[in-house]
Amino acid sequence: MAALSINNVCKTYANGTDVLKGIDIAIEDGQFLILVGPSGCGKSTLLNMIAGLDDISSGDIEIGSKRVNDLSPKDRDIAMVFQSYALYPSMSVRKNISFGLEIRKMPQAEIDATVERVAQMLQMTHLLDRKPSQLSGGQRQRVAMGRALARSPSIFLFDEPLSNLDAKLRVEMRTEIKLMHQRLKSTIVYVTHDQIEAMTLGDRIAVMKDGIVQQFGSPQDIYDNPANLFVASFIGSPSMNFIPAQVVESAGVLGVKICDDQGCVILPLPHAQEKMQPWLGREVIFGIRPEQITDARTAYREGLPVMACHIDVIEPTGPDTLVFVSLNNTKVCCRTHPTEAKLPGHSMELVFDVSKAVLFDPTTEQRIA
Amino acid sequence: MAKHLTPGRIVLYAALVLMAIYYLLPLYVMLSTSVKTLDDIRGGNLIALPQSITFDAWSKAWSSACTGVECGGMKGFFWNSVKMAVPSVLISTLIGAVNGYVVSMWRFRGSDVLFTLLLVGCFIPFQVVLLPMARLLGELGIANTTSGLILVHVIYGLAFTTLFFRNFFVTIPDELVKAARIDGAGFWTIFFRILLPISGPIFMVCVIWQFTQIWNDFLFGVVFAAGESQPITVALNNLVNTSTGVKEYNVDMAAAIIAALPTLFVYMVAGRYFVRGLTAGAVKG
Repeated sequence: MAALSINNVCKTYANGTDVLKGIDIAIEDGQFLILVGPSGCGKSTLLNMIAGLDDISSGDIEIGSKRVNDLSPKDRDIAMVFQSYALYPSMSVRKNISFGLEIRKMPQAEIDATVERVAQMLQMTHLLDRKPSQLSGGQRQRVAMGRALARSPSIFLFDEPLSNLDAKLRVEMRTEIKLMHQRLKSTIVYVTHDQIEAMTLGDRIAVMKDGIVQQFGSPQDIYDNPANLFVASFIGSPSMNFIPAQVVESAGVLGVKICDDQGCVILPLPHAQEKMQPWLGREVIFGIRPEQITDARTAYREGLPVMACHIDVIEPTGPDTLVFVSLNNTKVCCRTHPTEAKLPGHSMELVFDVSKAVLFDPTTEQRIA
Repeated sequence: MAKHLTPGRIVLYAALVLMAIYYLLPLYVMLSTSVKTLDDIRGGNLIALPQSITFDAWSKAWSSACTGVECGGMKGFFWNSVKMAVPSVLISTLIGAVNGYVVSMWRFRGSDVLFTLLLVGCFIPFQVVLLPMARLLGELGIANTTSGLILVHVIYGLAFTTLFFRNFFVTIPDELVKAARIDGAGFWTIFFRILLPISGPIFMVCVIWQFTQIWNDFLFGVVFAAGESQPITVALNNLVNTSTGVKEYNVDMAAAIIAALPTLFVYMVAGRYFVRGLTAGAVKG
């Protein structure tokens, strides 16, 4: 177990492409760090650099308090689980797990005991003598994790380990990884493009785009206080609604003006008065999550602004029904209780919980309030 | 599945059978001629069955036929070819495997250029390298020896074996190598313990390809080996061109079959791996 700190790390390829532009991330011993972002954002490159499989152009990576920039992968005390599992095809499961231990010259008795312990922990004792080709996807995933566990490294690295599994198995394995982390209190760096995995697993999330960390924080913090439009749109499903709106003043309180084809309301934003002041009369992007626009029964507070809206489409998901309306000529998703949702073509009273609503600058896409 | 033999099918099968016969005919003529007596050959026609079967021509071809002034049969030259082909095949395959491993899994600055240059080697005609190679062998002091011939075949074969192995290894996810590196395995450990155990099919392809090329080679053999160290292909040529009055077709045929047997044998034993290995990387990657 060890802390990890990444200080101003850059990666530039020989052809001049900047893949990573000054990454700063630090996590404590035992934390679960998620690197999340769309493909091409540099998250896998960063993971490979932590592992030592890729060179660092500038900056430092420290594991524990040891600078590891120039150490080869085998000397960094890490273990990695790959997307394709990367099990050695010609070796049995037992050999796959013990290979790294043999190379490190661990005594045979100790190897046997470790393999046994790991196999029991992951409930795969009966698979030990099979070849990887005789295993299902989920079992291979388990073996790959076992191989990492056997080494008891100071940091575990996961490179999109669940992407090759079907949806149901993915949810199961997700829980297992989380359980494993809770039990072992290990330091983990986990790369994914799936924001749900990021939210559910991480202690700390680094949302990346174009080689830059857009925001680094706890999952809830990132969800509630996105630093910019990209983070707000990337985290959360269904995604946050972004409604272009004008900042106006009404009865001495600043708010945003929201219209549909039947009329307009002004949503006052009492929590953001000061920051909104310079924007009075100008256009901003009003960000509000689907669960913050809901029916009167689900809304948990009295006195919230209400607007009757014309329903375009509904999508029942089971626990909720997503209602789509059109506000300021933008499609807006609202999460309502299934029994409260009206049919398309009808009008429905929607309650706006603006206490967590956010505003973005339409040109820089940075957060205003 | 066709339930009836339609006229179209009958025509098709007839054509196929004819083609098969056409292709098998030379083999039949060689085999039957080699067990005929000279009188039988002179008296009958080319495709007639032998009147009596005798293996005299075979034993003569093997141990006493004249190739030029020597009259020791093909025996010695057969072993020359074995001594030349086996090391050449093994060395070129092994080096090709290492080359392929490096250019696919351990890319370095310029490795693509190196690979391209090696590829060009596949397209250089034999004739082009004759003179430079002769000079090189002379400088090294191994002209007209089996070792010299082995060197030529290894160098010439490398382009192909490297290509085979490289194309096989690029279909293997490089995460496998990354995983092994993190596990602490080095260059050779990864090669011998992880990649070689799964390279069976491409090994067979390389061995068959190289063996056929090297065993059947005539030009390098005739240019770079002389007298005692000549391979069987050159000896066969000499045997057929040496006549003491009577043209012994049965001995010629037997000698030709002896010269061709090893490659036939290799195909029969390992042929199915050949197709499997050639198509192994074709679908993915």
